[in-house]
Amino acid sequence: MNKTVMSKKELLELYHKMLLIRRFEEKAGQLYGMGHIGGFCHLYIGQEAVVVGIDAIKEKGDQNITSYRDHGHMLACGMDPKMVMAELTGRFTGYSKGKGGSMHMFSKSEGFYGGHGIVGAQVPIGAGIAFANKYKKNSRVCFTYFGEGAANQGQVYEAFNMASLWKLPVVFVIENNQYAMGTSMVRASSTEEMFARGLAFNIPGKAVNGMNVLDVAKEAAHAADHCRAGEGPFILEMKTYRYRGHSMSDPAKYRTREEVQKVREEKDPIDMLRSILIEKHKISEKQFKATDAEIKAIVTEASDFALNSPEPDIEELWTDVYAG
Amino acid sequence: MKTEILMPSLSPTMEEGSLAKWYVSPGDKVKPGDIIADIETDKALMEYESIEEGTIVELIVKEGTENIKVNSLIAIIETEGAEEINIRKVDDIKKIEPVSIDNNEQVLSEEGNLDNVDKNFEDNKMLNNETIENQVVNELTVREAINSAIAEEMRLDNDVFLMGEEVGEYQGAYKVSQGLLEEFGSERVIDTPITEHGFTGLAVGAAFTGIRPIVEFMTFNFAMQALDQIINSAAKTNYMSGGQINCPIVFRGPNGAAARVAAQHSQDFASLYASIPGLKVIQPFSAEDAKGLLKSAIRENNPVIFLENEILYGKSFPVNIASEQIIPIGKAKTISTGQDVTIISYGIGMVHTLEADMKLKELGISAEIIDLRTIRPIDFDTIIQSVKKTNRCVTVEESFPVCSVGSYIGSQIMIRAFDYLDAPVLNCTGKDVPMPYAENLEKAALITPDEIVFSVKQVLYKD
Repeated sequence: MNKTVMSKKELLELYHKMLLIRRFEEKAGQLYGMGHIGGFCHLYIGQEAVVVGIDAIKEKGDQNITSYRDHGHMLACGMDPKMVMAELTGRFTGYSKGKGGSMHMFSKSEGFYGGHGIVGAQVPIGAGIAFANKYKKNSRVCFTYFGEGAANQGQVYEAFNMASLWKLPVVFVIENNQYAMGTSMVRASSTEEMFARGLAFNIPGKAVNGMNVLDVAKEAAHAADHCRAGEGPFILEMKTYRYRGHSMSDPAKYRTREEVQKVREEKDPIDMLRSILIEKHKISEKQFKATDAEIKAIVTEASDFALNSPEPDIEELWTDVYAG
Repeated sequence: MKTEILMPSLSPTMEEGSLAKWYVSPGDKVKPGDIIADIETDKALMEYESIEEGTIVELIVKEGTENIKVNSLIAIIETEGAEEINIRKVDDIKKIEPVSIDNNEQVLSEEGNLDNVDKNFEDNKMLNNETIENQVVNELTVREAINSAIAEEMRLDNDVFLMGEEVGEYQGAYKVSQGLLEEFGSERVIDTPITEHGFTGLAVGAAFTGIRPIVEFMTFNFAMQALDQIINSAAKTNYMSGGQINCPIVFRGPNGAAARVAAQHSQDFASLYASIPGLKVIQPFSAEDAKGLLKSAIRENNPVIFLENEILYGKSFPVNIASEQIIPIGKAKTISTGQDVTIISYGIGMVHTLEADMKLKELGISAEIIDLRTIRPIDFDTIIQSVKKTNRCVTVEESFPVCSVGSYIGSQIMIRAFDYLDAPVLNCTGKDVPMPYAENLEKAALITPDEIVFSVKQVLYKD
């Protein structure tokens, strides 16, 4: 399989998706500030290339699962921005009828298994989805995302061991955005090479420039091929960066404004793809403006839909505790 | 001198075993460490090594003999030494009392107690409308009942599989999964590494996709490592996903005090799990309930905590249900009807309760005994109906007293049947201490039938 040489149309789709995530998250931040979104809200701004690049090479039926920083993953895999925003605002029209919120959203039809609020818990669960793929012999791959902070949780290595032992079709995607809440990686990890964390379990790994969507897609395709060939798990360390705080309530005093500004100016994943589109495919400013307008309309529609949707009926308190 | 070779105890709860094979004959010389016999229990086959150096004089017990009590004489060895000791006569073997290492001996060594259970079952078959005509009643141990429930459900549904530590090649740490690997293969009977948090999370992920794992914890003490995945992932995802992703999974294994394994291995987790919305919690007592309820649990579309008991595994009960039958989750069972007091218990608490009931009968006290079977959801209809009749209630469980199942039942009876109560509801529980190791302290920490009798007398205002 080689999906990594992309046409202009495909590149424009990647650009569109990354920009959608960026604008959607900016709107979510705004709605949070206005009190429409409550609780914890972890924005994905800066990391867009990771999920968009991986989604570009996924095959139909492949699954993904991640932590609480999940809005980007949902938009990338094709979930409806209106329903995501409705969930963020606690409305009945949201993916979880308003009962999950920002950190707990799911779409079985799109193969999105959440949305998990406990750091690292999604890693063995993702390995379990891959286990089910193997059990059902369906040649699907589960992309299991977690941060470099979660990579210090013990259950991650329990999952690594079983995934390798049983050759489960799972790609472990470590989104290394360099800060686990307020603690930089060098203050929390004995090594900086996250991609090598699986070596003790015989799991190959690779570090990837997670700010370049094309690099992401290329390496993800390679990792998925490895899984589909029955070779077991693969680790991709996506070197990325989040521009915003850990959550909305994080003033981000643990790093300088200059550090963030430098990444934004020099490594921004959307700007990078935009440059390629201008240089190689001669996309005009007018075309970019049209894309901007289109995305703005989608985000506005999502926001309007959410804010005009009803809260769940009080009877919903008692539903879905148990499946029928 | 002649030295006795005695039937060894090979596990904390072993009371008797079989002599599967002799490796020595009279006249053979043995050294310490030489294997002299294979000893088999319902849990395991173990090699028995000599600790003496000498010559085998006589094999007292024949190869293939079953039900040999621990510490019975099985052979005589001539060792070097001056003094001749008394050797018990062969005829005495049957009279040798087992020196139980099990502090529940007062319960387990009294055959009459389980006879009483059987009698109650026979007497009350009609009581719970669970009898079907023309059924063959089999004697099954709880272990066999659980094994057959798993096997039958795995035959019915290819999506059902078993995973856990030592469930496959070892045939189960407590032999519950015996034979399943042979029948279903290693794709469906999966030996896991020692990695509770990890394999629990993995099984939950598999269940999210719709296949149906049965996760065996070697004991529920080890499930503490996996509590986050059980509570935060398995129990809550159906709700958090607005009903999109359910988790059809059974977590099962021995729970509660075994014998002399001390604080970290002796505790009943029923009330802990029962407080979590999204979980269902079962703790069966009889083999029939273990089978019928486990089958229900495997077919259930929600996570089920299925709490077994090591001491009950080897106990036999009449099993009165056909292979296609299930027992519904959430229904208590009235074991015997009575007028004076309602006693509510579950799991191994029923052993103490039934023994107490015999003593109560001698005192002329008529107790209505309810086996909860399911701890979440609790069958309050049955409880309240009974209490409205007897006006008195005692709860019995082996767990800690604070926020116990009994304390919740007591509060609900107060709310729902206050005007019917003639006495406060009393809770018989384990003591509010970590389980001690010393035999006498362990016995003191557990509930006893006498404590139940005492509580019943209290609610009846009798001396």
